[in-house]
Amino acid sequence: MNREFISSSVKWGVNPKGYFGDFGGAYIPEMLYPNVEQLRQQYLNIIYEPDFQEEFHNLLKDYVGRPSPLFHAERLSARYGTTIYLKREDLNHTGAHKINNTVGQILLAERLGKKRIIAETGAGQHGVATATVCALKGLECIIYMGEIDIERQAPNVARMKMMGAKVVPAVSGSKTLKDATNEAMRDWINNPIDTHYIIGSVVGPHPYPDMVARFQSIISEETKKQLFEKTGSENPDIVMACVGGGSNAMGMFYHFLDDQDVRLIAVEAAGLGVNSGESAATTLLGREGVLHGSRSILMQSDDGQVIEPYSISAGLDYPGIGPQHAHLFKQDRAEYVSITDDEAMQAGRLCSELEGIIPAIETAHALAQLEKMIFTGKESVVICLSGRGDKDLDTYMNYFNL
Amino acid sequence: MNRLNELFQHKKEPLLSIYFTAGYPDLNSTLDIAEAIEKAGADFMEIGFPYSDPLADGPVIQNSSQKALQNGMNLTILFKQLKELRKRVSIPVLLMGYVNPVLQYGVKNFCDSCAAVGVDGVIVPDLPMVEYEEFYKDYFIDNAISNIFLVTPQTSEERIRKIDNLSNGFIYLLSSSSTTGKNLTVSNEADAYFSRIREMNLKNPTMIGFGISDQKSFNKAAEYTRGAIVGSAFVKFLDTENALQRIPEFINSIRP
Ligand SMILES: Cc1ncc(COP(=O)(O)O)c(C=O)c1O
Repeated sequence: MNREFISSSVKWGVNPKGYFGDFGGAYIPEMLYPNVEQLRQQYLNIIYEPDFQEEFHNLLKDYVGRPSPLFHAERLSARYGTTIYLKREDLNHTGAHKINNTVGQILLAERLGKKRIIAETGAGQHGVATATVCALKGLECIIYMGEIDIERQAPNVARMKMMGAKVVPAVSGSKTLKDATNEAMRDWINNPIDTHYIIGSVVGPHPYPDMVARFQSIISEETKKQLFEKTGSENPDIVMACVGGGSNAMGMFYHFLDDQDVRLIAVEAAGLGVNSGESAATTLLGREGVLHGSRSILMQSDDGQVIEPYSISAGLDYPGIGPQHAHLFKQDRAEYVSITDDEAMQAGRLCSELEGIIPAIETAHALAQLEKMIFTGKESVVICLSGRGDKDLDTYMNYFNL
Repeated sequence: MNRLNELFQHKKEPLLSIYFTAGYPDLNSTLDIAEAIEKAGADFMEIGFPYSDPLADGPVIQNSSQKALQNGMNLTILFKQLKELRKRVSIPVLLMGYVNPVLQYGVKNFCDSCAAVGVDGVIVPDLPMVEYEEFYKDYFIDNAISNIFLVTPQTSEERIRKIDNLSNGFIYLLSSSSTTGKNLTVSNEADAYFSRIREMNLKNPTMIGFGISDQKSFNKAAEYTRGAIVGSAFVKFLDTENALQRIPEFINSIRP
């Protein structure tokens, strides 16, 4: 593969010190340093080895089922009066974009000689995607998940267990994704030799944000080709995605970053409303600081305590965003907007009824943004359909009294 | 030269340092505990400032941090309490905590406040060495604040040398890579690691922390280094009845 094509944007990508503009770095205790440093030194060499690339792309094709379709959603298009395409990450094996990253990281872990895999999960999609690749490779798998998320994403907990993973509840703090991430980091501190930590989003110390973005960049790489086949142009006018930590959005934006005329829209979870005190709209409510090993934007009190976020969607219930997003936000390269629980739930139902696609509630946040936009009719819009809604049926059923 | 440097220069016997979390068990217990620790004969102390997401800590210090935050502790209040520090405590005092509260307070401000109240050193495990060196070092040096770095058995020799060059105080050795509150690893590998460090003849003295909980682990640490730091075991002890009055008893159980 042509290295130029897959390399990171000079302007928007990571610099040699591990920063995206003012954001990134590796704010980690010494106990994590040897593992993170080993990754930093080796990740690019390993992932661009021909043999890695071959295995990675074969697995994406034959195991994950890529390329994922780019679907022209005609009834949604008619409703909003413009041309809307859905990048169907929900059709991947395990039902979300998360597996693009776990396939990449498991191959990396193998090449680093690691025997034990740990991960955090919010919605359970990353946990399932990690348990899946561990089963595929016969590696021990431990998943940390907030106690509250274990309840609201029960089907995914069962899937992880089916595949032999151990699911450990995180009982500290808000008992959601942030706390699961703390527990995974503590595990890694206590198991410094044989363990690889598969972080599930573009967060964490350098090189994770860049590495995960590279694995997810397959989303925009395919989108460009598919859009060219359909329309004769590689670039749409607008690209949209939801943001928890930001991995599906980063993958969806990746190859459009340098195409300055493509509008990038990132949709955060407003929860009960940005001023309700029950929200996860990080860019609106947050300030610069350090969370989970990188300098970024996070929701915090004046004295630097992390504020517990809230969203109906477990995958967006996170008080930070990845450092590359913080950079795109600060430099105005992408627009950051937010959608409430109610708006997302309605959009999830609408997509189901109009297109026969039940989206994950995370994804429904991106779809809901369509309601707020004014179109001339000439735009083409690509939305990352990051995952399917099977895991959320309980929440949908309760919400709509189905 | 600060109190910490003087202590390491003059005292030859094994040193004992005690960690506790500011604002725990009560918002205003910080200085009472500090004074009692000195009276009971400890050589220096680390006062933890709490953080919501203490990812290098085990359950005991997670719990004390959470409780301290609920009690309303933060850096501004802590520095206010510490205005009285040097009226009541004469041994060296270090502050220990995570980087985000320090960044929000302002690193320069933080160092200035430390100096103003008579704090001698700081341990911020998630402040990276490169950032310290590039952006913050002068604030520490200007205020004679020792910045203490951690070292684990996995830290490379090259990195230990670099840490030694950047340090002025002591180097904090972990017996194994772990969160706080585990037991000291007693193994041939740990012995080999402590010996390896001793043979490096570092400029700075070393202390062992994380997992020191009794006389046995203290003596083990003192075999190889200048002494040891007790954290979780002390914080757990603070939860027992009449703990404040019984601090001498606790110190005696570690170093009679
Ligand atoms: C379907 C789906 N979309 C989005 C997300 C949010 O994560 P990220 O922002 O990293 O894409 C998740 C997380 O669990 C998810 O399951």
